[in-house]
Amino acid sequence: METLVYIALFAPFVGSLFAALFGMSERRIFVGVIGSSLIGLSFIASAILAYNLYLTGTVIQVTMMDWIHAGDFNVEFGFVIDQISVTMMTVVTLVSTVVHIYAIGYMDHDKSFNRFFSYLSAFVFSMMILVMSDNFLGLFIGWEGVGVCSWLLVGFWYHKPDQDRKDNPSISPSWAANEAFIMNRIADLGMLIGIFILYWNTGSLKYDEVFAQLPYLSDSVLVGAAIALFIGAMGKSAQFPLHTWLTDAMEGPTPVSALIHAATMVTAGVFLVIRSNPLYSMDAVSGVSFFIASLGTFVAFYAASMALVERDLKRIIAYSTLSQLGYMFAAVGLGAYWIALFHLAAHAFFKALLFLGGGNVMHAMHDELDLFKMGALRKKMRGTWIYMTVASIALAGLPPLAGFWSKDAIIETAFNEHTYILWIVLVITAGMTAFYSFRQVFLSFHGEDRHTALGFDPHEMYKFVLVAMSPLAVLAVITGWFMGTYKAFIYNIGTTVQYDMSEHTHHLATYLGLLVIFVALSGIAYAYIKYGQTGDKAWKRSEKVENGFFYKLLINQYYIPKFYEEFITKPYMMISEVLWKKVDLKIVDATVDNIAKFLYVSGDKTRSMQTGNLSNYLNWMAVGAVLLLLIAAISAMIA
Amino acid sequence: MIGLSHYLIVSAIIFSIGLVGVLRRRNLLMLFFATEVMLNAVNIAFAAISHYYNDLTGQMFAFFIIAIAASEVAVGLGILIVLYKKHGSLDLDDLASMRG
Repeated sequence: METLVYIALFAPFVGSLFAALFGMSERRIFVGVIGSSLIGLSFIASAILAYNLYLTGTVIQVTMMDWIHAGDFNVEFGFVIDQISVTMMTVVTLVSTVVHIYAIGYMDHDKSFNRFFSYLSAFVFSMMILVMSDNFLGLFIGWEGVGVCSWLLVGFWYHKPDQDRKDNPSISPSWAANEAFIMNRIADLGMLIGIFILYWNTGSLKYDEVFAQLPYLSDSVLVGAAIALFIGAMGKSAQFPLHTWLTDAMEGPTPVSALIHAATMVTAGVFLVIRSNPLYSMDAVSGVSFFIASLGTFVAFYAASMALVERDLKRIIAYSTLSQLGYMFAAVGLGAYWIALFHLAAHAFFKALLFLGGGNVMHAMHDELDLFKMGALRKKMRGTWIYMTVASIALAGLPPLAGFWSKDAIIETAFNEHTYILWIVLVITAGMTAFYSFRQVFLSFHGEDRHTALGFDPHEMYKFVLVAMSPLAVLAVITGWFMGTYKAFIYNIGTTVQYDMSEHTHHLATYLGLLVIFVALSGIAYAYIKYGQTGDKAWKRSEKVENGFFYKLLINQYYIPKFYEEFITKPYMMISEVLWKKVDLKIVDATVDNIAKFLYVSGDKTRSMQTGNLSNYLNWMAVGAVLLLLIAAISAMIA
Repeated sequence: MIGLSHYLIVSAIIFSIGLVGVLRRRNLLMLFFATEVMLNAVNIAFAAISHYYNDLTGQMFAFFIIAIAASEVAVGLGILIVLYKKHGSLDLDDLASMRG
């Protein structure tokens, strides 16, 4: 079993190093094939581990080696395979495998093909460390590793020039990559502080040991640690107010968006909170948990509202990711950790499928993402259309697809906890989700043909790519059916992840579910009426709507990026400039320069002593001896 | 009565004469003489102080200095002869080959 753990962990690493060997050379198809197979191997190992855990229920804990030994501070490179990590491992490696195969087709024409695979596999390796580590420090290493890989991959097309914010809200890939990285640094500071607080008070970084100590800690320590760790989670999972980087990260290649910015990395924040569930389910931190739930609900609604008017295909999907992350945080905040984890898995499948479908469209439309320039694509891209529709139904939350079961459970949780405001907002958001996801489907695949007039000639993606996507489509349909099995599986881990609805809620469950379905269906129906029809009733752009206050507010993302630019970036720039010109140049640099100048000038002046004449040297020696005598005499007198 | 201070004054005067010689003379041979004068000035001081304290260490030191000075002169004079053969002069102003 231990071997399987190492295979699951290191196969992606080997793949990354292998691809890196060919990083500078031209496209080699076998690099992609071998990279994909190694990730596939990692998936098989993870799946066997998951199955074994399901059968025997024994948690595997391995220690690879001692890592840091300094005084009392001991950290080991240890990994734990329990119900939580094995879920993440399986999901991550499965989606990664599909995305790797997909990328062979998608990155076909890119001259940095090999480099891309190197980064992508490195990302999977970091993500595996993140989810498998049995201590906070290992998690942090993985956390930073995925951050670096995300930076590399968002800025993959770094040669693209900066554009004005009006033409392209994310300016350029390198700008977006830096934004993502810097925003995550802010959050990571919070997380690091959280880890410090825990270590300071428990003397360990290992999950088991830290959580065993929790009951003996004071309330303020618990609250501080919970808040600080959640700040880290907010950055990685792009929760308000650190959310702007996620939509801008769509500048990266689409497989990256599917893998990193939808299915895996952005869920790391949710994973962190689920992993620390003994901390977040303490009574002392119930306030923090409720805040997490409220923030999650707010983000779910907030992101969905921006998706309502967005024209960019990938940005719509990015908003929906944000919104679904909000749902997950709502669930963890309310204590339903296993439901959040289940939604995380289901979401990974259908969201990756949605993104990859979006990538097909983008590929067919020669990187055009404006929905207003598409329409009626289903005739030319039948396979992609089916995938996108399946994924959108799953996202909208209609039974029997995956999204329904997990999202409905979250909404039910909000009802069960008597937090009715959250419940109402989540139900409304479900309707908005259905609307915007089908608005996107109808605008791109149905309605009037708008792309031919603009000179586009879309073509379907390669066959093998469509075949490779099929596991995701199947999982997007069936995952929800195994919710009961999964519940039994994860309940083994401990009492803190267990969450059951009350008798009262259970009684009403059918009605609650029907309400959600009704809301979602009306969203879809409205989207169809507005965008799906052809002929006279076909959708047309309307000046009046687009100049309206709410449209402007939403399309500009509530002016938050603008606000950040005006009130954070620009003042920071000004302060930096002052510090550079006044402090750095005039004080720091000047000091160093003057020391050098003094040595240079004094050397130049005293050079004339070197006459080569022994007599002069002797004179100088005498002067020196007299000086030393004087100094000795003076110091003797002072003493 | 001739006391310690007299010896020391003599020693200091001879040392100063030697020092002035070292500083002012241009001929290497004369420089040698000047250093010998300084060494012997120190020897006088050693011997005098040793006598004053009734401690033989100072006088032993004086002997050591005489011995070392003798060997130093032997080596130094050898070098001087070689230098003279090479340059035809022992004037320091003519020997300035290490100008920086």
